[in-house]
Amino acid sequence: MSFCDLRLGGGGNRLVMSSMVMCRSRFHPAKFFVLILTLLIAVLPCFAQDWIRTGTGLGVEKVRLAVPDFKPANQDPKDAELLKTFNDTLWNDLENAGIFDMVSKSFFPVQTPGNPADVRFGEWSSPPPNAAMLAFGNLGVTGNNMTVQGWLYDVKNVTSPQVLGKQYTDAATPEAARITAHKFADEIIFRLGGGIPGIAESQIYFVSSRTGHKEIWAMDYDGNNQHAVTKLGSISLSPRISPDGSRLAFSSLARGGWEILMYSTDLNRTVSFPRFGGTNLSPAWSPDGTKLAFSSSRGGDPEIYVVDAGGTSSSLKRLTTSKGPDVSPTWNRKTGAQIAFVSGRTGLPQIYTMEADGTNVQRMTDEGYAVSPSWSPNGQFLVFSWIRHYGPGAPGAQDIYIMDIASKQWVQLTHDGGRNDFPYWSPDGRHIIFQSSRTGGDQIWTMLADGTNQKQLTTAGSNTQPNWSFK
Amino acid sequence: MFAFLINQGSRRRNLAARRGGARSYVGREKVKQHKLKWVVLIFALGAVMMLGACKKKVAPPPPPPPPPPAAPTASLTASPDTIQKGQSTTLTWQTSNATDVTIDGIGAVQASGSQQATPADSTTYHLTAKGPGGTQEATARVTVTSPPPPPPPQPSATEEELFSQNVKDIYFDYDKSDIRGDQQSSVQGDAAFLKQHPNINFTVEGHCDERGSTEYNLALGDSRASAVKNALVQAGVNGTNIKTISYGKEKPFCTEHTEDCWQQNRRGHFVYQK
Repeated sequence: MSFCDLRLGGGGNRLVMSSMVMCRSRFHPAKFFVLILTLLIAVLPCFAQDWIRTGTGLGVEKVRLAVPDFKPANQDPKDAELLKTFNDTLWNDLENAGIFDMVSKSFFPVQTPGNPADVRFGEWSSPPPNAAMLAFGNLGVTGNNMTVQGWLYDVKNVTSPQVLGKQYTDAATPEAARITAHKFADEIIFRLGGGIPGIAESQIYFVSSRTGHKEIWAMDYDGNNQHAVTKLGSISLSPRISPDGSRLAFSSLARGGWEILMYSTDLNRTVSFPRFGGTNLSPAWSPDGTKLAFSSSRGGDPEIYVVDAGGTSSSLKRLTTSKGPDVSPTWNRKTGAQIAFVSGRTGLPQIYTMEADGTNVQRMTDEGYAVSPSWSPNGQFLVFSWIRHYGPGAPGAQDIYIMDIASKQWVQLTHDGGRNDFPYWSPDGRHIIFQSSRTGGDQIWTMLADGTNQKQLTTAGSNTQPNWSFK
Repeated sequence: MFAFLINQGSRRRNLAARRGGARSYVGREKVKQHKLKWVVLIFALGAVMMLGACKKKVAPPPPPPPPPPAAPTASLTASPDTIQKGQSTTLTWQTSNATDVTIDGIGAVQASGSQQATPADSTTYHLTAKGPGGTQEATARVTVTSPPPPPPPQPSATEEELFSQNVKDIYFDYDKSDIRGDQQSSVQGDAAFLKQHPNINFTVEGHCDERGSTEYNLALGDSRASAVKNALVQAGVNGTNIKTISYGKEKPFCTEHTEDCWQQNRRGHFVYQK
């Protein structure tokens, strides 16, 4: 048990706790085999938690990072306002990255550095901060411009401490201060996170009804800068941004029915895309951006189709043939060679996978009501929404689950009530964004891919179907 | 030209005056006559001037071309121009210089005349008068209004009402899109009415309850709408009159979180298409 206890955190602890209770109540020589059985049950999810962490790059060993507030570089009166924005954003980005053990500010020495000459290595590398890395710097406003200097120091390597030194110049606005903080955070995360680019500059697209109609909205990954993308006054759903970020595919109720619409983020308007007839839903970009998979009932039954990114009708190909709704395709983000999707062919919807040409269909979930799959960037996992025990008398909770595709092992990531749906991977594979009704109405939440650090990003109106940009 | 005439006149007068001087009596007599002649001449001149002015258009000096055949004229009126359905109106027309007069919908008619007409709908009567001088057209619009109080058995006026009275929505089980046993009688009743009214176009909307997921429910709603359409077509209803659309859980009829409410929302809903 202690073996498990040491290695586990977050959701896994619940399983250990419950098995410990069981152990105490049944610790009797005559029923020793029950203990063995209990141990086995406890150890299984223990390993399960381990493969998530390894697979998502959320290592058990987190880098201990100290991030004292950046200091004013001069006496300009605008320094203070921009510094507050910059420091809050940088701290938040690094704390959310999931790979750092952030040194509490209360452990900081009295004097914090704003320049390399001010760094007193011993004060940072020894307890109480006990930091491995130190990020520091300064910000100064001159006229309309803001200059930020930032460093990342390995404080245990006194002779050659600098890991990173950056200087940024931008307009002296809070918006630019936020963007600069995101850029510097991404540099640090890239250096210390195994070479995986950070996500602080990524975007979230989602559906919001706050204007009275369901429109597509966008926001920064941390919930800032929420703004409407479409103003169609109809019902628009299922936004999916292309891998290069230039086009946004979504499904919208047009005069003749549901059609796939295409929005150009370069032109800031919808651009033409063919109408296929029938009910057209849930577009999904192939990882190379050349194809779209979607659900269409143009032939009568809702089936998965694939078409090239321009929508050329000669390239339209039907992949599924089973009776019953087939919807919500998602491509293997690493290879582009498989598609996972939802099918009601056996009754309640289940998750299936198939090759990108429609062959080799495999059922992944074996019970309940399973929908909204999203394939991880490393190709290893599916995250999806599952009402595992559906039926009369069952709790019927709808939660987010992650599944290792090769072994079909799964782990539950949300336990906090409400309906949790439409999980989607961050580009770094360490985060999952989803919608949850745990506070009443549907809102957008993020969490680390092991289920920890759950945070609400939206509050106004009803906000659903989040989609994370590819970079 | 008139200046020349005037000059000529004054030259004659001078000539006569000189002759008068040579023979005095006769001359006086002749002077009197000359005065008279002179007055007549003035009047004649005036008359010539007036005539000349009047005749200038009709007979210009160059030889006039042969006059073109006169263009036909046509007029058409309807009185009254607004009638109620079933009433008649009087069409009156007049044409000239026309050899061939037709009114669309009535045919060839006399050059002028009048006729009763009882159009079923608002109509624009169109008269064409053809003659050697060309073609002239005239139109008259008759607006037909429906009788204000709709008499009870007027099928076209209350088709929509009959539709909503007779066509029953089809309800589904949770997560199902097959038509369950207790809905078969509704399907048969709907089909019977729709076969009696083969000109009605309508939409079947597929709806779902709030519990499922957005995307799956839209696909499920599509399957429900298709299931209703297929059942009607199988029962003999013309499929080309039927449109289907899915609303998933986007437009619920009922918003409470109860099974009664959910059952209300799991349906194929019929909408009359005007």
